Formats: sequence, structure tokens, C-alpha cells
Amino acid sequence: MSQPFRLTAGGRIDRSQTIPFTFDGRSLTGHPGDTLASALLANGVHLVGRSFKYHRPRGIMTAGSEEPNALVQLAPEKSRTEPNARATVVELKDGLAARSQNRWPSLDVDLGQLNDLLSPLFPAGFYYKTFMWPKAFWEKVYEPRIRKIAGLGEAPSKPDPDRYLHRHAHCDVLVVGGGAAGITAALAAGRQGRRVILCDEQPELGGGLLSRAAAVVEGLDALAALPEVLVLTRTTCTGYYDHNYLVLLERVTDHLAAPHPDLPRQRLWRVRAKEVVLATGALERPLVFRGNDRPGVMLASAARTFVNRYAVKLGERAVVFTNNDTAYAAALDLHAAGITIGCIVDARPEPEGPLVAAARERGMRIRTGSVVTGTEGPRRVNQAAVAKLDDGGAIAGYLGEVEPCDLLLVSGGWNPNVGLFSQARGKLRFDAALQAFLPGEAPLPKEQRLRSVGACAGDFSGFDAPPTPLRALWAVPADRSGKAFVDFQNDVTAKDLGLALTEGFRSIEHVKRFTTTGMGTDQGKTSNVNALAIVAETLAKPVVEVGTTTFRPPYVPVTFGALVGHSRGELFDVERRTPLHDLAVERGAVFEDVGNWKRARYFPRRGEDMHAAVARECRTVRETGGILDASTLGKIDIQGRDARTFLDRVYTNAWSKLAPGKCRYGLMLRDDGMVFDDGVTACLDDRHFHMTTTTGGAPRVLAWLEDLLQTEWPDLEVYLTSVTEEWATMAVNGPLARSIIAPLVEDCDLGADAFPHMAWRTARIAGVQGRIFRISFTGELSFEVNVPADRGAEVLAALLAESEPKGATLYGTETMHVLRAEKGFIIVGQETDGTTTPIDLGMDWIIAEKKGDFIGKRGLARPDLVVQGRKQLVGLLTTDQKTVLEEGAQVVETPQGRVPRPMLGHVTSAYFSPNVGRPIALALIEGGHARHGTTLYVPLPGRHPIPVEVTRPIFFDPDNARLHG
Amino acid sequence: MLLIPCPYCGERAEIEFRSGGEAHIARPAAPESRSDAAWRDYLFIRTSPKGVHFERWNHAHGCQRWFNVARDTVTDEILAVYRMGDTPPETVR
Repeated sequence: MSQPFRLTAGGRIDRSQTIPFTFDGRSLTGHPGDTLASALLANGVHLVGRSFKYHRPRGIMTAGSEEPNALVQLAPEKSRTEPNARATVVELKDGLAARSQNRWPSLDVDLGQLNDLLSPLFPAGFYYKTFMWPKAFWEKVYEPRIRKIAGLGEAPSKPDPDRYLHRHAHCDVLVVGGGAAGITAALAAGRQGRRVILCDEQPELGGGLLSRAAAVVEGLDALAALPEVLVLTRTTCTGYYDHNYLVLLERVTDHLAAPHPDLPRQRLWRVRAKEVVLATGALERPLVFRGNDRPGVMLASAARTFVNRYAVKLGERAVVFTNNDTAYAAALDLHAAGITIGCIVDARPEPEGPLVAAARERGMRIRTGSVVTGTEGPRRVNQAAVAKLDDGGAIAGYLGEVEPCDLLLVSGGWNPNVGLFSQARGKLRFDAALQAFLPGEAPLPKEQRLRSVGACAGDFSGFDAPPTPLRALWAVPADRSGKAFVDFQNDVTAKDLGLALTEGFRSIEHVKRFTTTGMGTDQGKTSNVNALAIVAETLAKPVVEVGTTTFRPPYVPVTFGALVGHSRGELFDVERRTPLHDLAVERGAVFEDVGNWKRARYFPRRGEDMHAAVARECRTVRETGGILDASTLGKIDIQGRDARTFLDRVYTNAWSKLAPGKCRYGLMLRDDGMVFDDGVTACLDDRHFHMTTTTGGAPRVLAWLEDLLQTEWPDLEVYLTSVTEEWATMAVNGPLARSIIAPLVEDCDLGADAFPHMAWRTARIAGVQGRIFRISFTGELSFEVNVPADRGAEVLAALLAESEPKGATLYGTETMHVLRAEKGFIIVGQETDGTTTPIDLGMDWIIAEKKGDFIGKRGLARPDLVVQGRKQLVGLLTTDQKTVLEEGAQVVETPQGRVPRPMLGHVTSAYFSPNVGRPIALALIEGGHARHGTTLYVPLPGRHPIPVEVTRPIFFDPDNARLHG
Repeated sequence: MLLIPCPYCGERAEIEFRSGGEAHIARPAAPESRSDAAWRDYLFIRTSPKGVHFERWNHAHGCQRWFNVARDTVTDEILAVYRMGDTPPETVR
């Protein structure tokens, strides 16, 4: 028979429709309105998983998002599979395929269960101790094995095919939790005309009301009629951040078998709320006793939910173990549903009140002043042992009297759900009556405008019976045998907590990390208060002194997809393309990422690999000519009365005499004396300059200059504008550079005398008005052509038409790197790393000592910057003339000796130079300037240390003869 | 995420801003006459208080203006916002 444990009447399920699903391959059915958990229970499936460490049989303990046990793997596809789904919140849908986790070969017969028998070997902290030796075994043997045996579900191994959206929202009032308290709050705010968002993680509003027999939820029509109230169901508030900024996770289509393709799977809401109302209710606590983890042991409130809301007949004979009145409501409802209540075990000596009276009226046996000391049953509980607890909290006989049952309801009191309050930096207080934490009285930061209402604020007036009075009962006294679980998901027992204390841990945060209590996907929602109360009891301290561990977002697990949203694939980051990009693509460029830019790295011809292409480009540039797309260089337009003064202060060299029509290389330092950026700046006129920066440094240089102008020198009249994207820049290099551009250039004398190195001119190039700069990053004769960005492609096409018949070529950044290294030109960020001064680089010539103060000048005189033995830039030539060193490789003095040997520095750049005919490298070496001509060694993996000769950092045309050609 | 009241644009989310560290650390005049210790302090030594912190923020993705914020580092409460060059309001000093 299908669903043999379904009650014939009642519940919020639709019996007119049947939904097929599978669990571990077994075909089962349920109804709309079911969760996976309720459908499994309706089919009599109580054993749904194996525990993390001991592989103990586990069932369904709760009916909500706090579930620690019933974790399943959803969906078989490698792309959509979802590990550790809580069966209690997975809505049943057609074709749902769920699998149990952490068992082999099957859920019923699990060899990992041996761990349970061997458990004396695996107490808390065993990882840290047992597997320390031999060291190498940890990575290769122990860890993989432990990971295989202990664990949860499997992560998807293929890209997620689903879509996720983000939405930003603002509201006057955000109400978290759609139970009676939340609905009331939303109605009150909505009726004042306020913009309200009400979110609740359930598919329908009602919260705890939905768990009652014949539940009635009032106020829904009134809510729907308020135009400014937005109700989000299936939406969990996962985090409460600063200044009333909250994140909600809406599960849009997870519950649908065939969602509309336009809908996202989930939507992440980022809400800035003027006020927040927390109506997050309370979570029932389990009780800690031997065998409290057996399938069939369930929170009393959860049992009530399954019976009333989902119409599941959970068992034939239930025992109820409680220390407060609330479980009596469950007992009465189960009784009404035809489940025999074997007995109610109440830790209180004299329970009384209307619900207790009602239970007595129905003839239920109440064993007062008693506790369940343990359970039995191989895959489901079949009996409980009950014993008397004396006033001092001791037990006469641990074995107790046997009460047969197939269901054991537990209630250890209620924890107001204060997680979000605590995330908002609210301070908690411990309430002696509830034996639980409540929002404290201390004021919150003024930007966190929130209030807690209902059970999460300790107001249990919405309950059938309040959870007080209760008898504080943290761990039932036990003999040495058996396990009493505190944290079910992490298999942490009361004994483990004791062990942590014996080991000397005192802080609850340390106890948590040693035992792993409160970790995992449930973050200890059912276990934390029990754990710290047990610690307090053992230490004979008040609970409040032990304190709580920190509540951190997210409240429930959040898929990476929801966090990432649209930011994946090509939308992951901005991609910047130069105006010449398409032409480079046409010419077969291979691109590299430089910051956000796509830069052409090299242009391979048929059959060429990178090495061959770069070697050809390098030779061609020096023999004939080459054109580089330099459009990515940062460009800043500088104007104003004090522009020149400003340059004098931010560059190390002097700018007072730079005439219009001239340009100059400049080095920028930070005020600590370290190199920050470099580039060439041209004087357009006395109050107008065109600055270039490194490609990667452009944004931070502009921000830094703007910072100085706004905050240090507001008296200077200088205006900065980024013009990086205004210009297309083509650097035409090589002996034929002049003859390549000459036929295209009008209104400009290109002769060496009229237009010398480090000058710039306006000109028409291929009919386009632009600027030409005679600056060179190759050491060759070079004209850098700048035209408006939208005309760049046509000008480059014209330049190529002129250059290619002459044998010149387009070249990429890799060739640019080799050519500049041949000349020893530095790249900021490669030859420098934020601890490198101009002196270290051998660039003393660029520091104008006489011009007065500049940024970094005082810094350069700091004691550490003038000592001997600083790392200095040198050239390295491998003596075998073959080996190309690796960038980042360390440099040492001797080839032999103990490892590690003193490291003198590292290789910053290394290439094969076709023009020099051998590998070249630049390096920063301790006292390097004094080591020219000496031999050092570079250890590379798997090779004998490579001998290298230290040289000046220049390998080609040392007299710069070619520059002026 | 903080909600920062830019004195020029109004309240904006923190992602629009760039933090600029402690405020009121003026670059000393006549740097060459400063001792090594004084220059070290200017470069590296910051108060890092538990409580009210005066700090610089830049509305980088808005008006791009720099301004000062007095923020409680414990609670992240923003106690005052004032312009560059101004002294902190009496209430937070």
C-alpha cells in the first residue's frame, strides 16, 4: 500500500494529487504540501542517513530548517546535485530523487558503522593527536581515508546550469518570520502605509500555527490587500549586517518539477531596511541521554507538526520525555491522531497546568520526576529505559524500567531564535526561567534599528502552553556505556565536551573548535545551548559566564550560485578592449589579461608557437620595424595654473623647465620612498600636461593624485581628467619607423633635428588629427602615434599598409617585455614590489636633489633605505648561454651547502633574447651593484643550481645609439 | 555594509566608497627637517582605537570627493561626517 502511515484525514496536504519520488532508488509517493521528510515518514521510512563520524543510523529529528540529521543528496545529475539538503525543508515535487549520504554499501548495511564500535579510538580531537605521525602520512594516507569515511554529501562536479538573480530592495520595515507575531507586525506597519517586506522560509505563512490541528492563520487576506506590503515566502533571512542591511535567500523554483525557463532558480535579496522586526520564533531543544540519536527519537514539536500539518502517523506507541509543558500539546495531538502514548516521562517532580490535566484526563500515564536514561533498537527505537531522578539530580539505576515504543518525543525547553539579533550585534542575556538566551537590554548601534517580537523575544503567549516552568536538564546522568549526543550532525557527545574540559580548554569558543560542536551545516541550532550549559555545569559556573559562541551568517546554507548571481563566465569581471582590438583579432593575436584589459600578447604565424612568434617579432622590430598597441597605458589630462608645481611635487625629477613640445620620463614614489609608478608626461602648454601611467597603475595613480589635490594641497589649482580611453596609441618602433609613418604624416617635420627624441608634435596621420610622441620603450627609433580612439582602427590599418611591405610587423606585449628587458627598462610591479627605491634600481639620475621637496624625498633618507646590502637591480647571464631562468627564482651565493642557504634575492624578469642571442634576466640582489662580474647561482626545481654572471642591467645597445636614429 | 552619508551626495552604500585610513594626519611641512622618528610616525603609526575613529572616505563611485567620518570601531556607528580641512564636531571629540 502506498503511504501506509498517512492519516486518513486532516493536514495541509492535497490528497487528490499523488507525487512520485524516489529515495535510494526506491519508488515512493507523497502529496502536494509534503516535505521530503513528511513523505518519507508517511511511507514508514525513519532511517534516512548515517552520522558523520560513527555512521550511526539517523532519522528525522525536527520539522524545520534546524534539522541536523536528515541530510540527503538531491538530484543525480552532476551539475544539479545538491549535498546535505535538509529533508525537512525540501518540498516534494514530481520526480524528486533523493539519496542517503555517508553510507557504504547501503543505508541498511553500512560498513562505516564499525566506527561506532571503535569509537573509543575516535574521541573529540582525535584528528589532532592520533594522526600526527609520521608526518607525511597525514596528507597521503590519513586525510584521504578520513575524508572518505567521515563526511557528508558530494559537491556537484559540473557547471551549474541554473540562473540566479540578485535584487536590491529598500523598505521602511522588514519583518523576518511570518508566524502570528510577524503577520501582526506586518499588518500594523502596512496599515500605517509603510513599505513592508515580510519574509518567511516556509511555503506559506503561519509559522508555528501551521503545526496545530485544524490550523487557522488569520490576517492573510488583510495583508494581501495592503499594496505596500510585499510577502516573500520560501525566503530565508540569512544574514543581518551593518546599518540594517540584510540578505534574504528566495528559493524561486526549487519546489517546482518543471519551472518556467524564464524564472531563476533562486534570488538573493539585499535589503536596506529603515526598521527591522525579528519574529523568528523559537527552536525546541533536544535532551541529552544515551541513544538519543536513534531514528524514531524526535522533537515533540516536530512530531506534532508531522501529525497535524502533514497527517503522518509517526508510530504506534510513543513515549514523551520532557522537562516542560509544551510537549503535552504534542502528546494530546498524537493521542487524538490515534497514536498510543505509552507514557509521559516528566523530569519535574510535580507537573501541573491545563495541558497536564488534559493528559491525565485522557488516561495518559505520567512518570513524574523521571528521565529516559537510554534507548534501544537497531535501526529505530524500540524501547526506552526510564528511571527516577532524585532532587539532587542523581539516578538510582541506570537501566531503569523498560518502556516499549517506536517513537520517542523529546522536549528540553525552547531557545528563542536570537541568531539574527546577535548578528546585528545585539547582546544576549540568559533568562533563568526559560533557561535560554534572550535579546538583552543593552542598546544596539543606532543604525541597527530593530525589535524582536513573539517567541524570539521570550513572549510565548502564542503557544498553547509556555515552556515554563521547566526543570533545567542538560545531560541525563549516565554510566560509562553508550553515547549521549549533544551535536547530532558532528557526532559530538556529552563525554566529548567533558574531554575538552579535561584537556584544559575553558573558553566555549575553544571547546567548540576542539570538539566541533556547533559546526556544520546546521551551525548548532539544536545543540549550542545544550553544549554550553553542559560545559557550565561541568565547570560549576553559571551559564551566562560561559557565554555563547558567535552567531555568524549565513543562518542556513546558501548555494554559491545565489551568492555569485550573474557574476560568472564573461560577466565575472569587466573586460576592457582597446580601439585596436578587432584588428588584433583579425591578425590572429593571442591575448593576455593585464588588469581588466585584453592585450595582444603575440601574433603567431602559421606553425609558430609562442617562442617562435616572439623571437621573430623581437628580431623584426630591431631589424626593420614593429607596431605595438599601447592604448592601454593610463593617460591623465592635467590642467591648471599650478600644474607644473604639482608635477614637481609628485615626480622625483624636475619639471619646471620642460618646454611645450617636450616630454619627460618621470618616476613617482610613495612618501616612504618606494617606487609607485612611472610614465612619460608631455608639456602641451604651460598650464596643460598629458601624463601617462602604467597600464595596471592608471586607476590608483589618478586616485592618489586626486587625493593629494583634495586633501594635502587644496591650494593648488589643478584639474585631473582620465583620458585613457580617449586615445588610440600605436608605438611604431625600429630603424624603419620614420619611413613607415612619413608617407602618412602631414603638418609635421619628422626629421631628427626638427623632431628629436623626447619631443612631441601635433600632426595629421592618415588624415586624422592627432599627436606624435618620440618616446621609446624599446631603445629603437620610435614614434608613438596618438589619434582619437574612434579613428584608431583606420590609422592602424594605414600604418600596417605602409609597414608590412617593408617587412615590419605588429608585435605584442611579450615582445615588448623582451625588448625593454634587453635595454634594462624596468616595469613597475615586476622589477619593483613596493619595497624598491629608485636607488635600488640604479636610477639615482632621476632624483632631483636640488628642486625642493617631492613625495618620497624624505622617505628616501630613512635609515633602512640608506643602509648597505639593500637588494639592487642587476642583470644576470646564465653561463651555459642556454638556460632561461624562471621569474621568481631565488639567487644564492654557492651551489652547495645546507638548504635553505641564504637567499640573496630573486629573478624579476627572464627571457630568451633573440637579439642578444642568449637568455637574459633581471634580478634584485643584495648589494647587487657591487657584484658585477661575480658568479652566483639560481636553484631551479629538479636541476643543479644554475651558475649566472652578474652584469649591469642592460644587454643591448648600451650606448643608446639606435634611439636617435 | 555601511550606509555612509556623503556630505555632498547623501546616504550611499559602502561599495560606492573607498576608505582612506585615519584622518587628520597632515603631511608635515618641511619634511627634510623632520627626524627619522617623526617621519616614521607620519608614515606608519596610526591610533587604531577601540571606539571613536576619525577616518577619511572617498566617494569613489560618486562625486569622487574626500571627506572625514567619525566612526565607532566597535559598533560601526557613524557619529559625524565633515568636510576635508574641518575639525571634528564638538559632539564626537
